[in-house]
Amino acid sequence: MGQLKNFTKGFVKDNPVFVLLLGLCPALGVTTSAFNGLGMGLATTFVLVSSNIVVSIIKNLIPSKVRIPSYIVVIASFVTITDLVMEAYLPALFESLGLFIPLIVVNCLVMGRAEAFASKNNTWNSIVDGMGMGLGFAFALTVLGGLREILGAGEIFGWSIFAGDGMLVFVLAPGAFIGLGYLVALNNIVKKKMES
Amino acid sequence: MEYIIIIIGAVFVNNIVLAQFLGICPYLGVSAKVSTSIGMSGAVMFVMTLATLVTFLIFNFILVPFNIEYLQTISYILVVASLVQMVEIILKKVSPALYQALGIFLPLIVTNCAILGVTILAVREDYGFNLLEGVVFAIGHALGFALTIILFAGIREHLELMDVPKGMRGAPAALVVAGILALAFMGFANLV
Repeated sequence: MGQLKNFTKGFVKDNPVFVLLLGLCPALGVTTSAFNGLGMGLATTFVLVSSNIVVSIIKNLIPSKVRIPSYIVVIASFVTITDLVMEAYLPALFESLGLFIPLIVVNCLVMGRAEAFASKNNTWNSIVDGMGMGLGFAFALTVLGGLREILGAGEIFGWSIFAGDGMLVFVLAPGAFIGLGYLVALNNIVKKKMES
Repeated sequence: MEYIIIIIGAVFVNNIVLAQFLGICPYLGVSAKVSTSIGMSGAVMFVMTLATLVTFLIFNFILVPFNIEYLQTISYILVVASLVQMVEIILKKVSPALYQALGIFLPLIVTNCAILGVTILAVREDYGFNLLEGVVFAIGHALGFALTIILFAGIREHLELMDVPKGMRGAPAALVVAGILALAFMGFANLV
């Protein structure tokens, strides 16, 4: 039961984007479509789970004074792997995510979980935590990307929902902020309903 | 003239927060008061300029000659991390009040994607910047960050006094305000 709770907390209760407001740069920057959001979410999940595994294994070997730089090097290595693999096998997605792939390294979410969870828990729990948080992040990005794609282009995952042009502003920068603002508000309300 | 174009482009047209979505965490996190946002802008400007200077040299004189550009992410983040450490030590000594006010966000400047983002952008081939242009590019982006976060903090101070619907209080309202600011900044598109 503890594991399940550990896993599902990332979706609504402690959702990294909607509740903790972590990792907002990629959340706003790449979510011009649901597919881009999903791709970014899964790439981050991979880095998060891998770095959680390594950090939880080496946590006792690192002196606490240099732990942050050590974690950053671990995370940066996995980000470089993701970067190169994606460039080789998914060039189109690589192109549209652009700068935000190397920037996974400074995603507060990845660093935050390494520091707050993986450095204090065993490997198995850290994997579950990384999975839950990562998929929660992917979920949030897909929802935001989907919302912007539907309102802005009238499509979802490339399938047409309604004919004609959408509201262009939702594909552009302002739509990201406004869309996320309303999704955070919605999540607040849902969370309150679930608690009462 | 060229430098002025780079700065105007960085501050208004490709504003780092509102058009490129970099540095959103400090943008939302330390923008509750104008005074702290000014301090944050100063720290960001200092670190961003220095980091770009150092990483530019590392990229062109170490990574490129040895053909190890794939180490860009790792080496850059280490430079940024050590610079932040330095700023933290200096600030603690010189201005303890500011150090207190910035609190958790000073170490978090390491994970401020604006810094890493600008250092990576400054060596992009399609810009083809030389060292001085790269540094001016960084200063421009830091000014853009300062402008938007101080504007935003000013608005948020007023927002505190407004009667906002319950579900929208705090972060959601701030995000919508940021969206409207971004809409305003879109007016600068095609300026240069």
